[in-house]
Amino acid sequence: MTFEDKSPRSARAMARLLHSRLLWICAVAVIAALTLPLWVSAYLLGVLTAAYYFGIFAMSWDLLFGFAGEVNFGPTFLIGIGAYAAAILNSRYGLSIPLCVLAGAATAIVGGVLLAVPALRLRGPYFGLVTLVAVLLLLNAVVIFAGVTGGEIGMTVPDVLSIDATTNYWIALAALIISAAILFGLSRSTLGLILQASGQDPVGTQALGFNITKHKVAAFCTSAAFSGTAGALLVFYMGTASVDTVVDIAIGVQVIIAAVLGGRRTILGAVLGAVFLILATELLRPLGQLNTFVVAAVALAVILFFPEGLLGYAMHAGERK
Amino acid sequence: MSGPVRLRIRGLAKRFGGLVAVKDIGFDLAAGEILGLIGPNGSGKSTVMKLIMGVERPDSGTIEFAGKDIAGWPAHRIARAGLNMVFQHSRPLHRQTVLEHVKLALLPDSLVRLAAAPHIEERARTIAARVGLADVADRHPSTLPFAALRRLEVAKAIARDPQVMLIDEPFAGLTLAEIGDFSDLIRGFRDEGRAVLLVDHSVKSVAALADRTLAMYLGEKVAEGSTDEVMQNETVRRVYLGGKIEAAERSHVPAETPALLEVEDLSVLYGKAQALDRVGCVVREGEFISIVGLNGAGKTTLFNAISGLVPYSGAVRFEGHDINGRTVGAIARGGVVQCPESRELFTHMSVRENLDLGGQHLPPAARATHLEWLFDLFPILRQRQSQHARTLSGGEQQMLAIARSMMMQPKLLILDEPTLGLAPVILEQLSKAMDRLRSTSITVLLGEQNVTFALPHADRVYVLDHGRITWEGAPGRFAREMGTGYL
Repeated sequence: MTFEDKSPRSARAMARLLHSRLLWICAVAVIAALTLPLWVSAYLLGVLTAAYYFGIFAMSWDLLFGFAGEVNFGPTFLIGIGAYAAAILNSRYGLSIPLCVLAGAATAIVGGVLLAVPALRLRGPYFGLVTLVAVLLLLNAVVIFAGVTGGEIGMTVPDVLSIDATTNYWIALAALIISAAILFGLSRSTLGLILQASGQDPVGTQALGFNITKHKVAAFCTSAAFSGTAGALLVFYMGTASVDTVVDIAIGVQVIIAAVLGGRRTILGAVLGAVFLILATELLRPLGQLNTFVVAAVALAVILFFPEGLLGYAMHAGERK
Repeated sequence: MSGPVRLRIRGLAKRFGGLVAVKDIGFDLAAGEILGLIGPNGSGKSTVMKLIMGVERPDSGTIEFAGKDIAGWPAHRIARAGLNMVFQHSRPLHRQTVLEHVKLALLPDSLVRLAAAPHIEERARTIAARVGLADVADRHPSTLPFAALRRLEVAKAIARDPQVMLIDEPFAGLTLAEIGDFSDLIRGFRDEGRAVLLVDHSVKSVAALADRTLAMYLGEKVAEGSTDEVMQNETVRRVYLGGKIEAAERSHVPAETPALLEVEDLSVLYGKAQALDRVGCVVREGEFISIVGLNGAGKTTLFNAISGLVPYSGAVRFEGHDINGRTVGAIARGGVVQCPESRELFTHMSVRENLDLGGQHLPPAARATHLEWLFDLFPILRQRQSQHARTLSGGEQQMLAIARSMMMQPKLLILDEPTLGLAPVILEQLSKAMDRLRSTSITVLLGEQNVTFALPHADRVYVLDHGRITWEGAPGRFAREMGTGYL
């Protein structure tokens, strides 16, 4: 009887503990990220800058997979559209960087809606296949319209964010923190709740009066907006837009691995996964050809032994004892 | 007592491929009334509900609600209009608490409201308290027993404050006391002036609740009227209630017959919960053994342990060899075949393909003769050969599941709750099949909650209660010694 009486209270206490543990992890991570420019080389800052944009890609992807329950095999479709739209507007029409980034996000949303509305009529793996085909279509479009896009070689943008590594790092970190705050807030809001319900029990959720297609399309648009913005920023950081950096399927696979590695349904874990993946690839570069192999093996091991991902494991470790 | 008509249904029809699920169904449902919808499994009751709710699209017919024909509307629009359905199978969210589930049902379908209005939390707690979930409101559904999950479904329905409630099989898997609680909740809905459509195959529970009853058989209405009238109706009695279950005389299996399966000190832990506690039993060659016990007693866990699906401590010996640690596939090929409670059919394959997969290892000639024998055992499967398994009714699916297990030519056939959710008329057919199984050389281990079904066929009976074997003996002694103590 005493057990019965105590359990709800202990459940509440547990929830609070978890909550605070997440807060703690975030605080440490943010403070670490803020102090890095003081003692880390410009080279490493550059690597982290790219990793942060990757973190935004991975978080956007987790909103779709972890919450809406839809596996988007083509995250680079949304990223690539945003990146190329921004790059073309900048190089051909000379629009300022902020305008180009906004336009990149808007174009990614339009592309996302055009893809999601028909694709969401399909169930299960077919949705994933459509998103995969979308990437191939974009890839072909970039190559065919080489006059505008620079084709396989890519295009150079006249403007860049900054030539200073530290400034670039601050911009990426700011973009990451703002995106993380918004996406995480969304995932914990009532919208996140409806989205999770739509993903896990579509029939039951509709019978509760929720138009799940509307919510899933909205999730797709949100995912597209952040992917497009980060894609555009990445272009102005690197100074080029090319198929290899923002459209290629291998990039999309890396985004997916980062999100799963970090922890499904955590949003924030995706950042952890992205930083780990990019950093490890860079640090292991001396291994030469073996480098990608080792990173892939490590990622595989993490997914096998910690199916909840890095953040999921960090949050639940010790809880079961 | 009943008020204005809320729902007016005419000529409702639905086909799934070649299967006519619902044919020309029509009825009125008034406010403050409970209409019971009864019929054996596969008669189309659940489909009628899904058509009304918009989960399935009707092929033809009208569903008039508040002056509008809502037939063919999407489910979310129908739900917003004021209808609600309590589903038979609850699929709670993994990470949300009970309270959050209720809150979800209270939320508006809006893309711009990020936070719930302040009164929603309080309202959710009130609703949780009304269905008796106040104490567990902050727990996760995975930690709750089955009946609490059913209560959660009801709580979600109350949160929607619907004018019309469709309740699908509310009593399945509940104990008598729980059925009483649920009946009170459902009566409460009627007294609040809601229109209630109740589907259940437990005629007794429906009869006790419903103001009027409509009986269906094979997708058609066979009777409608007061519950008493419908129960007296001759067609209803014939198609629904069926005859009594009687077992043929059996030859006794002598005690010195070698044991085919021996279970010794078998214990299973699920996390902290002790699912099985030092269970022991013996199945001799040619015997028909029934293991009876209520839901949650550990029957399925025991069978899964024997089949190698869950890790356990203790010993399971089959034909004298310890099979603890063998793979699931090796155990099945060795002759221990389980026909699981959940049936696990290949739903997108045809009936024939399901059977062929079961008999994959047989030489073609043997497979053909075996198939013939099974078609004699379950004649309906012969007619349904080319149909997808998912289009079968519950009873037919169960027959297919058993037949598929039989195609593996088991030495020991484990049947886990074959009667789950099936109507008496199907039970009778299954019961006859059991009798014929007895005449073969197959040894059967049957797990059942339904004692009426489990006893007549059994040579010996074990009672499993809270993970322990509490009684063992001949079926004849069961009534005397266990008596009413069992339930």
